[in-house]
Amino acid sequence: MSVIVLVEHTEGNIKKKNFEAVQYAAEIAKQTGTKVTAIVLGTLGDAEMEGLGAYGANKVLHVADSRLNELHARAYAKALTIAAKKESSQIIITLNDINGRAVAPRVAVQLKAGLVSGALYYPDTAKGFVIKKAVFSGKAFSYVNIMSDIKVIMLMPNTFPLSTGSGKAVVEKLEVEFGDKDFNVKVKSVDKVTGEVPLGDASLVVSGGRGMKGPENWGLIEDLAKELGAATACSRPVADAHWRPHHEHVGQTGGTIRPDLYIAVGISGAIQHLAGVNGSKTIVVINKDPEAPFFKAANYGVIGDAMEVLPRLTEAVKKFKLHK
Amino acid sequence: MPDTSTKIILKDNDTAINNLGTTFVINPYDEWYALVRALELKEAGIATDIHLITVGRADVEPVIRKALALGGDEAVRIDADSNDPFETAGYIADYAKFVGYDLVLSGKEAIDYNNGTTGVMIAELLDMDFIGFATDIQIETNTATVKREIEGGEETDSCTLPLVIACQKGVAEARIPNMRGIMAARTRPLKVITPAAVMPLTAVLSYEMPPAKAGVKLVSPDNMDELVELLHSEAKVI
Repeated sequence: MSVIVLVEHTEGNIKKKNFEAVQYAAEIAKQTGTKVTAIVLGTLGDAEMEGLGAYGANKVLHVADSRLNELHARAYAKALTIAAKKESSQIIITLNDINGRAVAPRVAVQLKAGLVSGALYYPDTAKGFVIKKAVFSGKAFSYVNIMSDIKVIMLMPNTFPLSTGSGKAVVEKLEVEFGDKDFNVKVKSVDKVTGEVPLGDASLVVSGGRGMKGPENWGLIEDLAKELGAATACSRPVADAHWRPHHEHVGQTGGTIRPDLYIAVGISGAIQHLAGVNGSKTIVVINKDPEAPFFKAANYGVIGDAMEVLPRLTEAVKKFKLHK
Repeated sequence: MPDTSTKIILKDNDTAINNLGTTFVINPYDEWYALVRALELKEAGIATDIHLITVGRADVEPVIRKALALGGDEAVRIDADSNDPFETAGYIADYAKFVGYDLVLSGKEAIDYNNGTTGVMIAELLDMDFIGFATDIQIETNTATVKREIEGGEETDSCTLPLVIACQKGVAEARIPNMRGIMAARTRPLKVITPAAVMPLTAVLSYEMPPAKAGVKLVSPDNMDELVELLHSEAKVI
């Protein structure tokens, strides 16, 4: 018996959200009186893998096949399923992110396991195996019971604060035999946006709407984001007008984000937009219209012209950082 | 599913959603991107037949007719009520196995339960490849070239058919049905299929509304130092 958790890495490093997944698995293992096995696919140093012990992993299974350095969802799913069987794992954890969503559903089918995506809390075992998740893009929550013996949980990143302990995980090699069809999807080219904080991972987000008047004013959003170390986002009309790339669109038909801080500038706060961002821990709304519905969903509000308020806020952040 | 402007209201001790007065729509990702791209592929002579498949009871038929008004050769309604991704995928995969599709397009997720898992599960059940978060799809002979979102950027993949692709913005531009399409949709076949035997593996027990915000604290636009201080010492986010 164990809880097994998929841990991804990029360029030799493990991201914060993957530590969060290990920590989440460790808490469930504690509740259910079992241990945590992490599975790492591709090339990664032993020190990084042993370090997962600080977040509660007892053991790391390492499939050291360099083909797995890029996502091959069928190969990933095969390795995870084999590892889960080997460890007799009843609970399998991945993140609810782009890669997790390509892998976890395959594992669930292979193991005939019920799956909950976007988990926001630990399972409640008082009435079964019940997990809280957001539905209608955050307009409500649902409590989903997994009825199968084996359970797959996809954790929403940035849900729990990270706390580090001590301890080293034991690393074991795992050999998995892959077939050609596990690598059918070929990566032709990769185009990474460098120097920007990826929106899905960001704990701070600055977002602009139609109130920014035009793409030429986006420097003001970017200046503030840069000063804060934040990612940038936008509302749907802005993406539709091609002022900003569509991957920045947050809302019910765009991305759903849950940062610690969401600063909405010149966004009125239509119900569709709120749906994508109301999981944010703190919301700041800057809008010159005091009647903007977004103020009702905000923790802090500034009624004023974005063009004037933004440079002042950027300056204030700069000053704050100097005196910290 | 409920239109995006729907305000969610719970009923029956928070175990169900009150759909009274709710407008039901096609999942926007399915309609705007997956369906329209399928139509474009047919217009370009690449696809020969387009089937629109849904799982639902008779009350979803008006929504299917709306989809058919945009195009497609026939619609298939698998007569079941499913709220579990494995169950939904099982029904669709069973029918798809019987027909034998070269390309299955879905939206990146449904905007009601936000799972984004049905497409991948269909691929797994049919032993097919899957590419998610697609922003561009080109098909040449038997190979798909797909741009997709990755963390912090974009990637171009290629894969031979058969293939399942989950679509998002970029794949196509939304269309509005015209009168000819609406008239034609009335005569296009809408098959009703008895579902295969698939047991759900999960069930929604109850719902909950998000807690109301305590109320906004207004800060003067002339005092951004105060806002930064509040974010630091009160909200503790910077």
